[in-house]
Amino acid sequence: MASIASVFQRYGYRFNRLGLCAAIVILFWIMVALFAPLILPHPVGKIVDYDFYGPVSSAFPLGTDYLGRDMLSRILMGTRYTVGISVVAVFLACSIGVCLGMTAAVTGGWFDTIFSRLMDALNSIPSKLFGLVVVSGVGSSIPALIMTLTVIYAPSSYRFARSLSVNVNTMDFITVARTRGEGTFYLIISEIFPNILRPVLADFGLRFVFIVLLLSGLSFLGLGVQPPHADWGALVRENVGGLSYGAPAVIFPSLAIASLTISVNILIDNLPQKIRDRS
Amino acid sequence: MNKLAFSLVLGKIGIALVTLMIVSFAVFFATAFLPGDVTEILLGQSATPEAVAGLRHAMNLDQPAIFRFFLWIGGLIQGDLGVSYANNMPVADLIGSRFANSMKLAAATTLFAVPIALTTGILAAMFEGSLFDRMVTVTSITLISVPEFLVATIAVLVFAVYLKWLPAIVTVSEVRSFGEVLRVYAMPVIVLTFVISAQMIRMTRAAVIGTLKTSYVEMALLKGASRCRMVLRHALPNALGPIVNAVALSLSYLVGGVIIVETIFNYPGIAKLMVDAVATRDLPLVQSCAMIFCVAYLLLITLADIISIIANPRLR
Repeated sequence: MASIASVFQRYGYRFNRLGLCAAIVILFWIMVALFAPLILPHPVGKIVDYDFYGPVSSAFPLGTDYLGRDMLSRILMGTRYTVGISVVAVFLACSIGVCLGMTAAVTGGWFDTIFSRLMDALNSIPSKLFGLVVVSGVGSSIPALIMTLTVIYAPSSYRFARSLSVNVNTMDFITVARTRGEGTFYLIISEIFPNILRPVLADFGLRFVFIVLLLSGLSFLGLGVQPPHADWGALVRENVGGLSYGAPAVIFPSLAIASLTISVNILIDNLPQKIRDRS
Repeated sequence: MNKLAFSLVLGKIGIALVTLMIVSFAVFFATAFLPGDVTEILLGQSATPEAVAGLRHAMNLDQPAIFRFFLWIGGLIQGDLGVSYANNMPVADLIGSRFANSMKLAAATTLFAVPIALTTGILAAMFEGSLFDRMVTVTSITLISVPEFLVATIAVLVFAVYLKWLPAIVTVSEVRSFGEVLRVYAMPVIVLTFVISAQMIRMTRAAVIGTLKTSYVEMALLKGASRCRMVLRHALPNALGPIVNAVALSLSYLVGGVIIVETIFNYPGIAKLMVDAVATRDLPLVQSCAMIFCVAYLLLITLADIISIIANPRLR
């Protein structure tokens, strides 16, 4: 691990141990999400154990669920839904939010005022509540879930990007570019965007955590990913009956969620100063 | 209160009203996007076209959406919350008693969580960098980054399964004595306290540390004031605004937390009602519950803004 750290140091980035561990956990889950079907020990939907809520054993490393299906396989496949849906949603939410935020900051005037008011209002709906309302309207197919999560988190991303862009917008080089006669589009792409990229990337990570939490929460309520598919939140819901036996089937999916979200938070907290700073 | 503070307060109230208008718009149109028609859900697949048309007319569904929006909002203002699709009862009757249950839970949590969180936050700020401070920081970051249901499941595992101190499921109707009240409310309140205090502790700590770094606190230190006096007399009054904001914001986490906690403990509150309504797509019920939560949330936020304006010594 020390050798990896030294490679980063050569390029002027200083990672500490904790941040590196977090990055490895995140990389692990990304790999699992990409290659899950190749490494499944048992088929996902197949009942392989006669007992339900089976304990940890050599055949079933993470126990079995309420129907006697292998928990390890189900968690590995669940990674695809949790990580996949969240990544797409966070990407959409941040792209939309950042584009609109930069545009509002550069254009100013009534466009900025109306848009900011609107986004602030949407922002003031608690996210879980907003999720319930939208799901009740559009249902919980996977595209609908992605749309729901995007709609909920685009406003906060907008607000963040706008406040950063407003600061950049007052800089001398922007004034110079304006005097030179550059158009709004050029200003946004070539002058503002490169200057807010780093904090926006850190914000991307935080937003990802929020989205994973909300998606898991919705699935836990039975309103997220629908059976026969299951993400980590849905796995906890399915097996919550085993809670009173302390079944591993409830504990491991919860741990999976916690390991991912805590790692992302730690990584962002320990990002090299160079990336995190707003300069 | 001087003129400036007064106009600021008025401005906040105005913004809250505008926000409420936009929010109700969003809630209505998010639920009006239903693929397929409500009438099909109500009448089933085999309904005759005449029956569908009749019901559509009776429910004003043949009118433009904007007209229905004003009809709906007008009803809300007069206290008419509409009729539930699922069991044809007025929504107001369904919500009534459950609203009181949820308020009890929220009040109990607030009374429990706010003093604990503020004390911990202020202590952590006073001893910044100490072992206690680092433990508080790590614990609160962990709590913020895990889903509420994880906190709830762990609490059930610890208190109900291993220690067997408390029941895992709440049955409010059986409550008779004070001891039973404690047993019933303990679990949900403990879980909610964990969920909302984490954020409150972090924000309080940040606010107090911020004021401890200002020059007037340094002056107090140089003057020879004790650590306690420095924090309580010089720093705290100036950190009050941010702290009140932190409390209000964290109480708004209560909305998210309550949705999970009421479901997991089967608590007969308004959030559980709403989750069930979403599952059965009972839109009038969903809309009303959502509006109640949004109004409560906006009230809290606006109240916090107003208090922090009034508490600001420079605006007096």
